[in-house]
Amino acid sequence: MITYSFNVEKENFVDAGVVSSKVKRILKQIGIPTAVLRNIAVACYEAEINMIIHSYGGEITLDIDDEGNVTLVFADVGPGIPDVEKALTPGWSTASAQARQLGFGAGMGLVNIKRVSDTFDLQTSPSGTTITITFRVA
Amino acid sequence: MNVEQLATKTGWSLYASDDAKSRDVHGAFVGDLLSWVMGNSCPDQVWLTVQAHLNVIAVACLRDFSCIVFVQGVQPPQETLDKAMEEDLAILTTNLTAYEACCVLHDLGV
Repeated sequence: MITYSFNVEKENFVDAGVVSSKVKRILKQIGIPTAVLRNIAVACYEAEINMIIHSYGGEITLDIDDEGNVTLVFADVGPGIPDVEKALTPGWSTASAQARQLGFGAGMGLVNIKRVSDTFDLQTSPSGTTITITFRVA
Repeated sequence: MNVEQLATKTGWSLYASDDAKSRDVHGAFVGDLLSWVMGNSCPDQVWLTVQAHLNVIAVACLRDFSCIVFVQGVQPPQETLDKAMEEDLAILTTNLTAYEACCVLHDLGV
């Protein structure tokens, strides 16, 4: 098992996508198939952006097991998602005007993450949200 | 058709490394909402947008676009151009609207 960790800062729009790009590069180097890699890139970017826009910051952990299966954990430190059902509704967003102006906040983030991942788990409370997604390579 | 041939045929301004110029172009996608672009586009497409901030480069690279076309006279800031060059991603600019640019791409068989 190989593990990498990356920090994500609240409202750091300038670095949005940097962690996802690193994750994609790492996985490309170890030979993850292109089709799986593209799905991982979509999910990782969306979750990273969500942490930047909506959370107080947090950490992204990338785990690669011996078979090459990938687990990504996005753990932030709050404030949590008040209504998960709404958050999983396509087009529903609470993004700020600043975020929307930059083209974020389409309300497709969680929808895209769930769609492209093999498993999706979301735990949330006011002290933080943790999303765990997995991708099978075999 | 590759990016360099596209730039020659359209006359659109091109900023690209040699590697980026040789990328093949297959289809096009128009969009300014980044999650919508991430969720619905396909690799190797030309991405037409008016969003020119730094983050579009990350989206384009993660999505494996062949190039970005900034339409309606949008000029990307230098930091966007620098990042694109660093990532071997081609940037084109045109004064055409997204619709007009798509018509041109269609006529070229993209």
